[in-house]
Amino acid sequence: MAAEEHAAEHTQSAGEYIIHHLTFLANKKAGGIVDFSVIHWDSIFFSVLLAVLFGGSFYLAARKANAGVPTKFQNFVEFVVEFVDTQVKDTFHGTTKLIAPLALTIFCWVLLFNVMDMLPVDLLPAVGKSFGVGYLKVVPSTDVNVTFALSITVFLLIIYYSIKMKGVGGFLGEFAFNPFKSKNMVLQLLIMPINLIMEVVPFVARPVSLSLRLFGNLFAGEIIFLLLALMTLQGFAQLTSVGGWLGVLAHFVLGFAWAVYHILVILLQAFIFMMLTIVYLSMAHEHH
Amino acid sequence: MDLSHIYGMTVLAVGIIFGMGAFGTAIGFGVLGGRFLEGAARQPELMPVLRVQMFVVAALVDAVAFIGIGFALFFTFANPFVAAAQTAAQAAGAQ
Repeated sequence: MAAEEHAAEHTQSAGEYIIHHLTFLANKKAGGIVDFSVIHWDSIFFSVLLAVLFGGSFYLAARKANAGVPTKFQNFVEFVVEFVDTQVKDTFHGTTKLIAPLALTIFCWVLLFNVMDMLPVDLLPAVGKSFGVGYLKVVPSTDVNVTFALSITVFLLIIYYSIKMKGVGGFLGEFAFNPFKSKNMVLQLLIMPINLIMEVVPFVARPVSLSLRLFGNLFAGEIIFLLLALMTLQGFAQLTSVGGWLGVLAHFVLGFAWAVYHILVILLQAFIFMMLTIVYLSMAHEHH
Repeated sequence: MDLSHIYGMTVLAVGIIFGMGAFGTAIGFGVLGGRFLEGAARQPELMPVLRVQMFVVAALVDAVAFIGIGFALFFTFANPFVAAAQTAAQAAGAQ
């Protein structure tokens, strides 16, 4: 009977497996859609780890930079920095010195988040289980909280630079007097509500879309990896039948195809996040 | 407690979200790719530059479809409506 209980414990259904993989290592269960007392330890751990990895290695490369005989890693760092610098120079027409390092940080950090999705899904959670950690989600950008943290920070920077460059009056005036302007004060006051709606909605949609775009892409990618594995693989017993081998072959082909497409998605989403940050901050510096 | 109605409606909703996202994205990519090919045919020396910009715009076109997929998968695996119905049934049963 103990063996049966043991076996019943271990055979999860497909739904349970997926839900297990979608659960964060949190301090308590969320009491609703919005619960600010919940902390996702695994997201925090991996984000900080990747930030230290990125910051530390780039700092070391800069410290040990050798102009005459560059090392391979120094070459790589210079390539990335030049790439981001070109994008910033092409798009940003202000003088703020924060933009290029911010763009570099966003690009490299989001790219490192996304690259964690290339590891096999069960690998790090299995390591975690041997340390007694029940749930582990290793890709921080599949956590809405992480992507919103990045995009809300960018949103606050947009507001900060708008007010710094245009003043509070100029910043609010942009919402009230665009896109419909009029010389007549009475007409302008009547048009103001329409202007407010037409300007505030895209303004607030920017951080929301910035964060949910990254989240949706990575979340969907992770789920499709899980579903491909669940649909085609059924454990070592399948290796005894022809149908089982076809399943393994199907998993290899489909998994490979999706993984290759996912590499493109990873790079592209990090690049888009960086580009949109630069574009929004450039718009914050400009006058209409 | 009969959750079949909620499950059925959720499945329909997920199907519609996926389908309409795919529909819009397909048309968007078709127009985008067509314009890229036109531009590349007029000025072949600009093809690398145009290709980079095409990928940038492709990620933006994809965005809302993927946001929809994110929500649809959330409804599939962690259905908040089922959770709400279960807590309501528990509260009613406890009374």
